[in-house]
Amino acid sequence: MLLKQSPELKYSDITPRDIYVNRRKFLYGMGLAGGLALAGKGLLDMLNPSARAYASTKLGPLASSPFSTTEKISPEQVVTTYNNYYEFGTDKADPAKNAQKFVTTPWTVSVEGECAKPRKFSMDEILKLAPLEERIYRHRCVEAWSIVVPWVGYSFSTIAKLVEPNANAKYVAFESYFDRKQMPLWNRAGIDLPYVEGLRIDEAMHPLALLCMGMYGETLPNQDGAPVRMVIPWKYGFKSIKSLVKIKFVKSQPPTTWNITNASEYGFYSNVNPKVDHPRWSQAREVRLPGFFKNTPTQMFNGYGDQVASLYNGMDLKKNF
Amino acid sequence: MNSILKSKWTKAVVFLICLVPVGILIWDAFTGNLSSNPTQFLEHATGDWTLRFVALTLCITPFRKILNQPQLIRFRKMLGLFAFFYGSCHFAVYLTFDQVFDIHGIWADIMKRRYITVGFLAFVLMIPLAVTSTAGMIRRMGNRRWTILHRAIYVTAIAGVVHYYWLVKSDVHLPLEYAAVMAVLLGWRIYEHFTKVARPATAPRPVAKQSTTVAPE
Repeated sequence: MLLKQSPELKYSDITPRDIYVNRRKFLYGMGLAGGLALAGKGLLDMLNPSARAYASTKLGPLASSPFSTTEKISPEQVVTTYNNYYEFGTDKADPAKNAQKFVTTPWTVSVEGECAKPRKFSMDEILKLAPLEERIYRHRCVEAWSIVVPWVGYSFSTIAKLVEPNANAKYVAFESYFDRKQMPLWNRAGIDLPYVEGLRIDEAMHPLALLCMGMYGETLPNQDGAPVRMVIPWKYGFKSIKSLVKIKFVKSQPPTTWNITNASEYGFYSNVNPKVDHPRWSQAREVRLPGFFKNTPTQMFNGYGDQVASLYNGMDLKKNF
Repeated sequence: MNSILKSKWTKAVVFLICLVPVGILIWDAFTGNLSSNPTQFLEHATGDWTLRFVALTLCITPFRKILNQPQLIRFRKMLGLFAFFYGSCHFAVYLTFDQVFDIHGIWADIMKRRYITVGFLAFVLMIPLAVTSTAGMIRRMGNRRWTILHRAIYVTAIAGVVHYYWLVKSDVHLPLEYAAVMAVLLGWRIYEHFTKVARPATAPRPVAKQSTTVAPE
């Protein structure tokens, strides 16, 4: 079932490229530039820095997934120009501008810790470990906005099983790439770097937890966490760590970046929960981008309760937020 | 310089310049350039311009005295009213798009969330200042009472910056920049107050040619 080709969704159905390249801005920029052809290009870049400045490779063939939502997919323009990736700046538009020169080849991910066969994986290996699936997930940011993204990857458990975690592996610690030279705005981030995240082992091994190498049928743009990231759709977006370099199986609950930064606002679990407010804003509603109104009701576990609620049986989710 | 500041045309030009930010936002709205999260974009833009106009309003008195340009006072009321205008836009965006006219939700926000509490305080304090900004109100209230009331703008300035500082997640550089500007503008007033008090009462003020129809600050 997992390998079945999707009959209803073709790439031609998803936001044609010429729309998000935004011709109107292009013409506007050229008009202003007038006869100054050389200045024109510079001006165009200024007016429209977000226009498809990243290289990507098509991935495929992609299997469809029963986990995919049928909700309307967000425009790629939104998902590639509105990013929280503090290593490249704290404004939402910063990563699309500042991550373009980020070098992601060669890339290896070290999988280590409490397991029988720790080892490093190259990106080529990761892309070939299992058939690539397209998973269209809702993505809910802790800041009360949401998007629907067609991610590409496979369940994290696929790579985890290869290294054979042992009985001591109660949690998984994740670490992002960090390089002050490539990320010159790092010291404005206000968070400790490298970015670290963590999951309980049963959360990480849940089939919904995605090891993600692409989106919109192509490799990940740098600002979206290239070349490989996690996507945990039932948790707030910051749990879905980007640009992954280390996966470590550990005995006890690992530290996580936003929890270190502000423990009263960001818990270890950070499951999407409309009933537990962020101390500074309500989590009951969200704005589905690029819309105006914050009037979409937020769902418990971001709508993935049928699949994941049993992971938290008997837990006080107000206390373990 | 003085003749430029006195000209009625200058006032008209400044008025139009003050409308440029809202003009750009309207243009952006019609051309689909309000970013991927238009509501947040509008909230941030109108919030920024409110703080900028509060700061500009607070610049008038120090510049007037330091540069010895009494005519600058002609622009203070207008800048203050523009601060109120952008603050009202800010609140309107929050009311319309963020809370979708949920009055109970707004009240809960004001009561529960300290950054909303101080932001709302900063906004509400501007209302009586806007209402009493006319020459007629100054006359009716009397200079002294009017001046005391309008010191509320200092509270608005501080509360506005605190509102911004408390709402950011981790990068506090921008709110601290506003804080630095407000600190200089308010600090100058404290300095001025104490040096004025320390001055012997018999010594004549060096700047004596001030318009008498204008309330002191």
